[in-house]
Amino acid sequence: MKLSVVVNEGPYQHQAADTAYHFCRAALAKGHEIFRVFFYHDGVNNGTRLATPPQDERDIVKRWSELAEKHDLDLVVCVAAAQRRGIVDEDEQKRHGKDVNNIAPGFRISGLGQLIEAGIESDRVVVFGD
Amino acid sequence: MEDAPEGYEGGVVKKFMYVNRRAPHGTIYAQESLEVVLIGAAFEQDVSIVFLDDGVYQIRKGQDTSAIETKNFTKTFRALEMYDVEKLYVEKESMEARGMTVDDLNVPVEMKTSEEIGRLMEEQDVILSF
Repeated sequence: MKLSVVVNEGPYQHQAADTAYHFCRAALAKGHEIFRVFFYHDGVNNGTRLATPPQDERDIVKRWSELAEKHDLDLVVCVAAAQRRGIVDEDEQKRHGKDVNNIAPGFRISGLGQLIEAGIESDRVVVFGD
Repeated sequence: MEDAPEGYEGGVVKKFMYVNRRAPHGTIYAQESLEVVLIGAAFEQDVSIVFLDDGVYQIRKGQDTSAIETKNFTKTFRALEMYDVEKLYVEKESMEARGMTVDDLNVPVEMKTSEEIGRLMEEQDVILSF
């Protein structure tokens, strides 16, 4: 089955980010295709490479990046939600004159149209949030 | 209205339902949900919006957010008609529990019972819950 996943909550604050990750991993292990993972609301905070969790805790951001690399996942951070919360890639850094960018490997920033398109293209959309 | 993203060829029409469950202010869910609806309109899908639980407050008349210094985005609900988003439902039980009638709302809606909304949900292809 072709699945898309929406993550609406930030890492550590809420289990939704963990559950979404475990769901993706399990779905891939069962041979399903993940068309896209879309990060919205505080979920965009899953995509900052500047997170530094304690060493004895899971590294949620790194986990996403590794999963994306292994399975060629499309991890999309909503641009409007990202701008409000300070998730920045190189293009956004230039466009808004910021001194730094912080997008994690495997993530890209794009528009809300990507969420709608995921709904149209996928057999199922699974939303993880509060 | 924004254009659909590059590469999107169109043609597929799915039933999209947005479920608004939260009060308009206090968290950003309602505002960012409306942003999805507006962007999504460019894709010309079969869209409906349901307001239930505290979500019914999102379309309550006469909101004034000046004291909390946030944008009163709830006015934008009145523009949904221009985006061809015309299927708006409120849950009867949620309205009654809050002492509200359709006269308290700033947009035309259809009132449905929880059971009727459940049936509507079963007909959907994609449900995005905020």
